[in-house]
Amino acid sequence: MNGKSMRFQAKVQVWLRPGIADPEGHTVFEAIHALGYSGIAGVRMGKIISLDVEADSKESAEKRVSEIATSLLSNPVLEDVEIQINEA
Amino acid sequence: MTTKSIGIIVFPGSNCEYDVASVLEAMGTKTRFIWHGQGDLGDVSGLILPGGFAHGDYLRPGAIARFSPVMSSVREFAKSGRSVLGICNGFQVLTEAGLLPGALQKNAHLKFLCKEVELEVASAKSSATSLTEIGQRLRLPINHFEGNYTCDPGTLGELESNNQVVLRYVDNPNGSMNSIAGVCSIERNVVGMMPHPERACDDLLGSVDGLQIFKSFISNL
Repeated sequence: MNGKSMRFQAKVQVWLRPGIADPEGHTVFEAIHALGYSGIAGVRMGKIISLDVEADSKESAEKRVSEIATSLLSNPVLEDVEIQINEA
Repeated sequence: MTTKSIGIIVFPGSNCEYDVASVLEAMGTKTRFIWHGQGDLGDVSGLILPGGFAHGDYLRPGAIARFSPVMSSVREFAKSGRSVLGICNGFQVLTEAGLLPGALQKNAHLKFLCKEVELEVASAKSSATSLTEIGQRLRLPINHFEGNYTCDPGTLGELESNNQVVLRYVDNPNGSMNSIAGVCSIERNVVGMMPHPERACDDLLGSVDGLQIFKSFISNL
């Protein structure tokens, strides 16, 4: 056993924090309305970063991805992250 | 007497290092390029992080540069109280590295801005503005997409009450909170600014106001 026998796929979603202006999302929102659609109350733009993870447990995969997400993949001054991890 | 030397940090994608070096050398200062992959800064008395697109601005400007090997030495250098100036992308790197507060978000209206702007000195108590006066106007070029200075309300309050805002736009071009164009650390030795002083040091370029910044910086070595 190498201790890293399980594979997971992690999806890290990076969103601008509430209160931080999202001009791209606002422009897309206006374009949706310009197309004549109604009932769309808001649009936010974000990023999805997918990581293929090898770890010995889901917990250890979650811990590592969480560290990477907050130290590198997002800037906490501007952005929030949401992480989903599933067994690959 | 030995001439003091200024180190200019070069990341893959930096593109203003020669402009900065050219200005400083013309002012009689020695300069040395320091590649981002080396940890040793050598015998330099001040550091400048120039503009450009370090590591292609992948992820976010400065996000990858922050982890370059040289940055732990830059951090120690800053903690020792010596002068560090980040210009444009260099400012973004310093915020990502946590050496300056806040962050540079995409410009309001998602506009890339490349033009000369008017600035007002908000504090002359920093390593890059010490020879200027509060209220003094400077004309310097900006050239950025992510220059919209942003921080949480608590940080903004601290910056203002500690007089850490060193430069403000007269006519806010990019949505920056409180029209902030440059800030300094609480110890006042680390300065970051979005405008490019190195592009305004010769009459041929339309302004020599950038010299005020470099003269200040050199006087604090």
